[in-house]
Amino acid sequence: MYDFEFLKPASLDDAVAALAEEGAQALAGGQTLIPTLKARLAMPSALISLDGVEELRGICSDDQGRICIGAMTTHGAIARAMSGKVAGVAHLAGEIGDPAVRNRGTIGGSLANNDPAACWPAAALACGATIRTNVREIEAGDFFDGMFTTALDEGELIVEVKFPVPELSAYGKFEQPASRFALVGVFVAKFGDGVRVAVTGASEEGVFPWREAEAALGAEFGIEALEGMSPGAEGLLGDIHGTPEYRAHLVGVMTRRAVAACA
Amino acid sequence: MPDVSMVVNGEARSGDVEGRTLLVDFLREGLGLTGTHVGCDTSQCGACVVHVDGQAVKSCTIFALEADRAEVTTIEGIAGPDGSLSPMQKSFRDHHGLQCGFCTPGMVMTALKLLENNAKPSEAEVREGLKGNFCRCTGYQNIVRTILAASGQDIPVTSVE
Ligand SMILES: Cc1cc2nc3c(=O)[nH]c(=O)nc-3n(C[C@H](O)[C@H](O)[C@H](O)COP(=O)(O)OP(=O)(O)OC[C@H]3O[C@@H](n4cnc5c(N)ncnc54)[C@H](O)[C@@H]3O)c2cc1C
Ligand code: FES
Ligand code: FES
Repeated sequence: MYDFEFLKPASLDDAVAALAEEGAQALAGGQTLIPTLKARLAMPSALISLDGVEELRGICSDDQGRICIGAMTTHGAIARAMSGKVAGVAHLAGEIGDPAVRNRGTIGGSLANNDPAACWPAAALACGATIRTNVREIEAGDFFDGMFTTALDEGELIVEVKFPVPELSAYGKFEQPASRFALVGVFVAKFGDGVRVAVTGASEEGVFPWREAEAALGAEFGIEALEGMSPGAEGLLGDIHGTPEYRAHLVGVMTRRAVAACA
Repeated sequence: MPDVSMVVNGEARSGDVEGRTLLVDFLREGLGLTGTHVGCDTSQCGACVVHVDGQAVKSCTIFALEADRAEVTTIEGIAGPDGSLSPMQKSFRDHHGLQCGFCTPGMVMTALKLLENNAKPSEAEVREGLKGNFCRCTGYQNIVRTILAASGQDIPVTSVE
């Protein structure tokens, strides 16, 4: 790993100012960034640890009933807090990696990284979450911009993520056993005015909404509505872990499992 | 070089580190606490698990400076001051929860937190809790039995198929 300067500002303003310097990069839980640095795939001149910024941590609800999760809240803390409240979100957070990864890794780091196999993008997209940064609010539908790419500008920080609470939700994850990421993950969220289905792990473009399943489930919410359905294999990822056709099949299976888990 | 100080196994310790110094390197090379192992260095295997402010973390995936002013417990802090084994360590010995022992420090540190958060876990919960700890020797069977026994539960007799 190349060396860098380590800074730990105590406020959001100081963090944003530090990130404005050439070559500075934010450090959240480090569960993605530290392995990346070890592989010398990144070479920041300074790492700005967000660990000291209290206002980035914690969970509350706003006047619209949305659950607002601070960017630096760990997967483990979210799993504990959401248990019995938003089943899909609690389950998703509690299945990320392993206990030690969940004690460090954060929702903000996961969304900013937008790994095509990451779990949080599926929950954010399916719930219609809003991502608040230090300068603006971005709808989840406009946030994810293809593999490892987001709408965030240079130096822009995720502050919190606001989740509308679905009536029912579940996450179906088919784990890639070596990485523990999703080979395919499907988040199903049922709201009063419709159903949303977001798929991660499967596409070369990263997380995507599966519109046909949304329409079918909107008409009749049950696994029967999805009988025999899977998305086309075109544009899906193919690697040693699974062909595009296999992933397409898994999307159908994991969606049905998620719907069944909603009941 | 920046200064780092933390309480390690109840003692105030400090030293000079680089920005990039990992906690595990500070513990092993800076403080000579070589009980914490590095198995993979890619955040997968859990041999390096220590407790930082009461939580199990992979010490190869946190910088020493991130643990500045934290309370850190390593495997060296688990046995009694006279070297007598803790109940969890005894359980590993009694139930053959180790062979080469390389994974054992991380296993013990993970297992202690597992039982702290869930005093009477099921076998499935133990296996789930060990997801981030790899053992290349035991096949896990005896590690799972070790932890179930340490929780005071009856352990299933090993069946031979
Ligand atoms: C063994 C293992 C298993 C894993 N399994 C899974 C899994 O099953 N599912 C899954 O989804 N993930 C998994 N992960 C990844 C894990 O969830 C990471 O925690 C997450 O991807 C990154 O979060 P972090 O807090 O660690 O961010 P970091 O690694 O600190 O940062 C990641 C990136 O985001 C940027 N960043 C961080 N915070 C912000 C912010 N607030 N605003 C803007 N940019 C920011 C950083 O600059 C960096 O580029 C796994 C990781 C490991 C090591
Ligand atoms: S050495 Fe840290 S996880 Fe393997
Ligand atoms: S006892 Fe050898 S790796 Fe676990």
